[in-house]
Amino acid sequence: MYWQQSYWPFCNFSIMKKKLYGFVLLYFTSIPLFAQDQVTDTVVPKTLKEVIVIGKKTQLYQQQNKPLAAVEEYLQQSGKVGMIKRGSYAWEPILNNMTTERTLITIDGMRVFGACTDKMDPITSYVEISNLSEATITSGQQGGNHGATIGGSIDLKRSRSGFVNSGWDVLINSGFESNSNQKILGSAVNYANNRFYIDTDFMYRDAENYTAGNNQEVLFSQFRKFNISATSGFSFDENKMLEASLIYDKATDVGYPALPMDVSLAEALITSLKFEYVPKASNIKNWETKIYYNTITHRMDDTKRPFVPIHMDMPGWSDTYGFYSKAKGVFKSHHFTVDLNSFYNRSVAEMTMYPSDPNESLMFMFTWPDVRTLYNGLFVEDSILLNSQSSLKFSVSAANHSNVIANDLGLESLQIFYPTMKASKNRILKSISSNYTYNKNGFQYGFGLAYGERAPSVSEGYGFYLFNSFDRYDYIGNPELRNEKSSEANAFIGFRTKKLSTKISSSYFHISNYIVGKPTENMIPMTIGASGIKIYSALNYATIFNTDLDIEYQFDMNFRWAGQLVYSYGQDYEKENLPFISPLRYSASFQYKVEKFSSEISVQGNAVHAQYSLFYGEKRTPDYAILNFASSYAFQVDHSKWYVKAGAENILDQYYTTFSDWNAIPRKGINFFLNISFGL
Amino acid sequence: MKFQLKNILAVMALTLAFSSCSSDSDTLIVDELAELTKFKEIINSTHTIELYAHKGALEQGHNEISLRIKDKASGDYVKNATITWMPLMHMTMMTHSCPKSGVEKITADGTLYKGTIVFQMPQNATEYWDLKIDYTINGAAYTATSVIDVPASAKQRVTTFTGSDTAKYIVAYVEPHNPKVAVNDMMVGVYKMESMMSFPLVDNFKVKIDPRMPSMGNHGSPNNVDLTQSTSDKLYHGKLALTMTGLWKINLQLLNASDIVLKGEAITDLVPASSIYFEIEF
Repeated sequence: MYWQQSYWPFCNFSIMKKKLYGFVLLYFTSIPLFAQDQVTDTVVPKTLKEVIVIGKKTQLYQQQNKPLAAVEEYLQQSGKVGMIKRGSYAWEPILNNMTTERTLITIDGMRVFGACTDKMDPITSYVEISNLSEATITSGQQGGNHGATIGGSIDLKRSRSGFVNSGWDVLINSGFESNSNQKILGSAVNYANNRFYIDTDFMYRDAENYTAGNNQEVLFSQFRKFNISATSGFSFDENKMLEASLIYDKATDVGYPALPMDVSLAEALITSLKFEYVPKASNIKNWETKIYYNTITHRMDDTKRPFVPIHMDMPGWSDTYGFYSKAKGVFKSHHFTVDLNSFYNRSVAEMTMYPSDPNESLMFMFTWPDVRTLYNGLFVEDSILLNSQSSLKFSVSAANHSNVIANDLGLESLQIFYPTMKASKNRILKSISSNYTYNKNGFQYGFGLAYGERAPSVSEGYGFYLFNSFDRYDYIGNPELRNEKSSEANAFIGFRTKKLSTKISSSYFHISNYIVGKPTENMIPMTIGASGIKIYSALNYATIFNTDLDIEYQFDMNFRWAGQLVYSYGQDYEKENLPFISPLRYSASFQYKVEKFSSEISVQGNAVHAQYSLFYGEKRTPDYAILNFASSYAFQVDHSKWYVKAGAENILDQYYTTFSDWNAIPRKGINFFLNISFGL
Repeated sequence: MKFQLKNILAVMALTLAFSSCSSDSDTLIVDELAELTKFKEIINSTHTIELYAHKGALEQGHNEISLRIKDKASGDYVKNATITWMPLMHMTMMTHSCPKSGVEKITADGTLYKGTIVFQMPQNATEYWDLKIDYTINGAAYTATSVIDVPASAKQRVTTFTGSDTAKYIVAYVEPHNPKVAVNDMMVGVYKMESMMSFPLVDNFKVKIDPRMPSMGNHGSPNNVDLTQSTSDKLYHGKLALTMTGLWKINLQLLNASDIVLKGEAITDLVPASSIYFEIEF
């Protein structure tokens, strides 16, 4: 593939470090060099991030193929994002083919950590599309401003009216999906004037089991959830504002057909208070400080399964307190950001097994032994406009990451495996990145180099007999793991005219101390039916490459074509495949729009997953392609605006499963959906 | 607990009131009986012998027994007795003893004496244990005998068997008293039945352990350390890893000094349990 070759020169990692130092030097020499170049402030440096617009509540329908889709469905439109599916609910986002541990998902910059040891509650499952206005996807170290990451970050931005004199605004959303009988009901009530705004919304979803292609019911794929949220801002001075925000999300009776257990409760309360200051006539343009708190309760449930070898309760809790203070400023040609951020997280999970003889003592253990994580980081970024076409961006961050096991029983449990381990562990995490972008007459390109580190996750460091139903091993955390270190090169090239828009972007990661579970000899798994025990340990290194091509062509006022092609690979130092690396995947859509009517037909598919990883429990999945169709119409009755969208997904009712479907559960067969929104 | 607290308060009050002339012996007496509960008094014409144990009762298996001798006339506790004891099982057809230690004074100034007895079998409706205590005080010999209650233990704490060398052995669980989800220090006594009355500790054997949870797929635990004999207390010491609470079956294998298995089987898929084992539940 031609685009690979063009980026290979940046992928020589034996000289990576030297290059990094080179870039640092370049940075310091660039200050006097480019400072003389006076560039007007109105030109803002280009960044490599990708923004998926979810839309203001009132215009939820205008952007998307299926307006009331789940957050995850919005996110996977990006060529960098994939989804691991364990059912029809709470998909786990993977970014640049990397799972939760290596990525950073934030809600308006807030750190939130799932409370499930089996990753059944990614952060994205605790928000609703109605809470959000957009998702900012940033690849690699450039996404490191809210914490340490390897693969990049997704920041989910809350929607807010802002201080506009729009008055009251009421919107009702309703939807139905034939496959799984999903009923969706939502409302939004907003009020805004120039000193105050409040946005509230409510969303309820109730779905039964879905059916895969050929009308095969997927048992335990039901879910029910509701979400309420409110954001309110008050401007007590023309350049100072205070904003309070709250999300309460509760899912009950969630089936996970790919896992041996379901969930009876996943509940989150996510709150924040933000102070924003926009100084007048200062080099600092914006200064934002936020304190936040969130708490998550997660309860797994096996009581509805017909056969369980032993009944167990597995609740988990995650509480996070955090703050950040971020200042953005401009000094001559430098656009800089300074972000000081901290969080304190408490993760506890336990497991109680009920012996068949009720007189016997319950079997109890901590699967996350009350791990407290304190993170304090400083992130500094500077974008330098070299001239009207090109800019350079540098960022550095340093953070202190410490873990303490607060529970003695938990500590002593882990000391069975690590007799000399201490309750606490301290780490320093560093990151540096540099990027160059050029943009002239629609032609743009950019490239960058970066280095970053991350600490092991709670499961990787302190997990205790966590059963992975994918490779069927019990996993034991390893508190002695070293930091994972990523050296990264990225590049993009794009061309845009009035009609055509194309872009290829690629990222290459060379990750040292790559954390994986390694099987151990002579250790007996706890879980009935498990194959053995894997202890988290580090591979010398692994490499991951992701490249995506996006093309859009606007034929005329009415017709538009869009296509996407994504290629990835991931291998460890012994050339063994890594898990959850996407095979070649593609999508294409053809849209017709005239006035208030629009119609779209799209196809999406995967090539054969030939580079699967047997070691991690993967199997070869065949290629697939599905066909979707949707139509929408907007109209007005008196003063109320109506919007109707109807469509069908997987029209040909294909039975298929993909590389990222946990235990190869099949995906949805044909599905008709209807979304109706009206606003007053 | 209440009992202790009262004593501690009493001692504190005493030490406060008579701080200049506070007597060490008062404090010692309180300390001596800490965590002990009296379960039996054996009385003869001259003395009352008080028997104490942690749990306030005896049971089948290894028992740590403390005692003190009270002079009936003076009401004082005797500090200079020399004591031996002989537990006897009265079966319908025969009488036998069991493994036991000597009885030693715990502290020079104290009144408490201590030893251990391993009851390898419990009493039943027709068969019973009695305990004969012989002691001398200032050259005068005394004796006292009484039936004692030795009910069966709820979980297996002792195992009696004939080894492949045709000798009879008794293996008794000693520690941990209070098992934890952790690596526990484990202690076991290994005795040989030389005769109906003689059960000495055996030397230089090895006890292999394999803890399992039969209620949970018979899974085990990592990093256990097989038990070897300590030169100081002659008991067998090792490490027992328990990864969760619940009922654990500690499968045993007894090996002699030449590493030949005398009794017990290694656990495999086909052999879920050894013929000799202990149980603990917490």
